[in-house]
Amino acid sequence: MQPIIEVRDLSKTYASGTVALTDVTLDIHQGEILALLGPNGAGKTTFISITCGLVTPTGGSVRVGGHDVVRDYRAARSLIGLVPQEISVEMFETVINTIRFSRGLYGKAPDDAYLEGVLKSLALYDKRDAKLMELSGGMKRRVLIAKALSHGPKVLFLDEPTAGVDVNLRREMWGVVRRLREEGVTVILTTHYLEEAEEMADRIGVIDKGRLMLVRDKTELMHEFGHKRLTVELTEPLTALPAALADEGVALSEDGMHVSYDYDTRADRSGIARLLAGFAAEGVAVRDLSTEQSSLEDVFLRLVEEERA
Amino acid sequence: MNWQAVRTIFNHEMARFWRTPWESLASPVVSTVLYFVVFGAAIGGRIQSVEGISYGAFIVPGLIMLTVLQQSISNASSGIFFPKFIGTMYEILAAPVSFIEIVLGYVGAAALKSTIIAAVIYLTALFFVDLPMLHPFWALGFLVLTAFSFSLFGFLIGIWAKDWQQLQFIPLMVITPLVFLGGAFYSASMLPPFWEGVAKLNPVLYLVSGFRWSFFGQADVPVAASLIAVAIFLCLGLGAVWFIFRTGWRLRS
Repeated sequence: MQPIIEVRDLSKTYASGTVALTDVTLDIHQGEILALLGPNGAGKTTFISITCGLVTPTGGSVRVGGHDVVRDYRAARSLIGLVPQEISVEMFETVINTIRFSRGLYGKAPDDAYLEGVLKSLALYDKRDAKLMELSGGMKRRVLIAKALSHGPKVLFLDEPTAGVDVNLRREMWGVVRRLREEGVTVILTTHYLEEAEEMADRIGVIDKGRLMLVRDKTELMHEFGHKRLTVELTEPLTALPAALADEGVALSEDGMHVSYDYDTRADRSGIARLLAGFAAEGVAVRDLSTEQSSLEDVFLRLVEEERA
Repeated sequence: MNWQAVRTIFNHEMARFWRTPWESLASPVVSTVLYFVVFGAAIGGRIQSVEGISYGAFIVPGLIMLTVLQQSISNASSGIFFPKFIGTMYEILAAPVSFIEIVLGYVGAAALKSTIIAAVIYLTALFFVDLPMLHPFWALGFLVLTAFSFSLFGFLIGIWAKDWQQLQFIPLMVITPLVFLGGAFYSASMLPPFWEGVAKLNPVLYLVSGFRWSFFGQADVPVAASLIAVAIFLCLGLGAVWFIFRTGWRLRS
């Protein structure tokens, strides 16, 4: 199937000379959730802004649903909904009027039944006649999502949807995004919360200094870069690691009660069986075992370090 | 053309106008009444008549033009500056609308607002003075074209302005002096020859003169010159809009 978004050699240098994006090439597939991860100033927002028509690219192209975002902007933009990073709304406007306005801008005939459905799905229906100034920050953010969904887009961009948002609201936002995906909407979100990318995304792209460093399936990425640590809890402390157990990656804790073993999930053999056999051979009694997977955060830090090395 | 979007922007702007009827309508009317009291009653008592027209009636077309120029600029400039200021401009730029549609929506609404205000001032003036209108069609034509041209200028100022000070700067420093020196309260022929020549360099004089002609059949400059002036204003405004359309100046980086 043709990707819903095709990005080819996309570059942007601002008039000030700032290079925001360099030769980004990327395919985004219909119905997936793609998280773009990167530190502040990495170029995530520039990428979104070009795709949505707020910024003009200096090189390369973006096609949405097969339509070039510059040459064929009407067709391309009709497919897109954008939820910006900042909460900017007309404070004196009512919820229903502000989303009617958004829908109208997209050239769609008024359809209050549809808009009320959108408000219901975002738990805003009760507030439809409230002025935006009366709403909490979380509700305003949902109003921005309602505005972006008012014309029934195929692709939704969420720029840092949970920046500065409390834990409950963040979970609520994740729920909203999952429901959208179930409806077949492609979601592209930027974040610098690794937890968020790990929680929600199907694929993860890492952007740093305007370059797309990688795009990979999330589980594949975790697997590929994932290290695991096996921790063996002993019944009695050891003063030193027996010779049969001493191997690369094996270490004894200071209190002598735990033996840890770091291994690479990419290796053909994990070495766990050999290690456990060693415990048995040495007559060391084992109370418990646990394993720990490195988080996306570790993966991300390693990637950035590898790039810098 | 995305007419639905034009209609949406237009209605949105008009809704703002009707939401605050006092600020929108009453304040221009009040200031016009003040002009009548000060110029019409106090000064007009001494001037009696200008070229056979009572001074109170003579200043009405000028007063209407003055208000239309100021209101067109302030309505259109704040209309487009407001979303820039509060950050909702992203929505308009990301929508499948062309710059021309954005202009039509904002400028059309601003021009209609100042035309409505002009009508209200005209009706108010009827309470104070006898006011003939020899050429109603031309009066409406001058009015609408002027409202549209200056709404275009206002729109451009709104796009150019980076803060509220800049938004006020051009209306205050350029437009207001031109309007006051544009023959709203006097006929250029009342000036000494040298100053009459200077006054005729003021483009606004041509608008006031043409508009006054459509009321009384008398003008400072030939009606054709007034028509050309309106056309020049309109072309300047459209040209600047076209430039922004091509370059995305101050809108898209």
